[in-house]
Amino acid sequence: MSSLPDIAPQPARLVWQPAAVVAITRETPRVKIFRLKPADWHGFTAGQHVDVRLTAPDGYQAERSYSIGSAPDGSGEIELVIDLIDEGEVSPFFHEVVEIGDEIEIRGPIGGHFIWRAEDGGPLLLIAGGSGLVPLMSMLRYRAEAAPEIPAALIYSARRRDDLIWCGELLRRAAEDPNFSLFATLSRETAQTDGIRHGRIDRALVDAALASLPAPPRTTFLCGSNPFVSAASTFALDAGIPFASIKAERYGG
Amino acid sequence: MATRGFIGKRPTDGVGDRLPPGQYLTEDFPVLSAGPTPRVGLAEWRFTLKDGVRPVMSWDWEAFNRLPQSKLTRDIHCVTKWSKFNTAWSGVMVDDILAEAGIAAPSEWTLAHAYDGYTTNVPTEDLVGGKAMVATHFEGKPLIADHGGPARLLVPHLYFWKSAKWVNGLQFTRRDEAGFWELRGYHMRGDPWREQRFTGD
Repeated sequence: MSSLPDIAPQPARLVWQPAAVVAITRETPRVKIFRLKPADWHGFTAGQHVDVRLTAPDGYQAERSYSIGSAPDGSGEIELVIDLIDEGEVSPFFHEVVEIGDEIEIRGPIGGHFIWRAEDGGPLLLIAGGSGLVPLMSMLRYRAEAAPEIPAALIYSARRRDDLIWCGELLRRAAEDPNFSLFATLSRETAQTDGIRHGRIDRALVDAALASLPAPPRTTFLCGSNPFVSAASTFALDAGIPFASIKAERYGG
Repeated sequence: MATRGFIGKRPTDGVGDRLPPGQYLTEDFPVLSAGPTPRVGLAEWRFTLKDGVRPVMSWDWEAFNRLPQSKLTRDIHCVTKWSKFNTAWSGVMVDDILAEAGIAAPSEWTLAHAYDGYTTNVPTEDLVGGKAMVATHFEGKPLIADHGGPARLLVPHLYFWKSAKWVNGLQFTRRDEAGFWELRGYHMRGDPWREQRFTGD
């Protein structure tokens, strides 16, 4: 748990608003990225999410939360990363129905805990499982622009090579940015790409990421499924990372 | 506004009217917390009732488990949108904790405290009158750490962030003091049927 001073100012009220779909990208076989332009948007902090609300003609509504993957860049647009869940209600709609030009109702930004600003400082240790990468990618992209001198390491675990989101960008950033190290690992196959490991996250991988940083991390951000975050937080605590410096976000359901 | 092309998967009969607005039913029991799971041993476990800064009474694990045991089976609703029906809990009703301490609730506001530093504020009237307990068992088994064990607060009629995991105390306060998520924009009461997710809802 963080102490009180890092609380971001909160809006008086979060209002639903339309957001136009301005671009759709197929990022992996199961992941599409939706670039949205909300009607009235005043920026966000890396790590935050928005709520999405879909309304059927008879008034029936479904709501979900999606993290923002783009950096807070002043563009007035945000990127949501939507992982297809076969039996789902909202993700298949996004994957199969939504087109450029559609309007989707959102509200946000939401979240005053799992966030990072340059003034919060570093080093940063980021640990992502699957689509848990999304809010951490926002932090990494923002850091590269706003505070590239802050050391950062990312442990990113996915099932297969095809499941790695933004793989090319991550490999490029790791190659070009002397203050950023990538520890990507695949749990269900061996990659043919240099620099991608095989196996589940373990204590050795956490130790390797820690060794890549010039000083212990000021904050460790963990994001992924419940079992992933539980396992990763155990390794992080065992590696000596203080409890109070770890922030976790778990994808439930 | 209607969303172009959205029909949705309607909940079946008997489910829809038990789901608050914006919620969906899950059979899983997702784990949500802002940090790692704290490791709390039963030997060092304590639960303390406070009126302001003044401790009223404190229990160790053994003494706490000698208090009257009750069961509650309720639907629960998480602000992250999932709901789970018929969750079966047992533990000690807040009413019985107050009775054992020999006090009536001294103020309208309560702040729950937990081992990980988490706090959440709950109106006192949402805790008394058979509405809330400190739960030590889930579906007949000791509550596991990921779900808040050894003990968690259970206020099932409010969004589940009010049901503080790893609870170690209840503190009556003179005013409504915002807890961890409430300071970060979440609602001071959190009634799922009124969809009180965020400040201003």
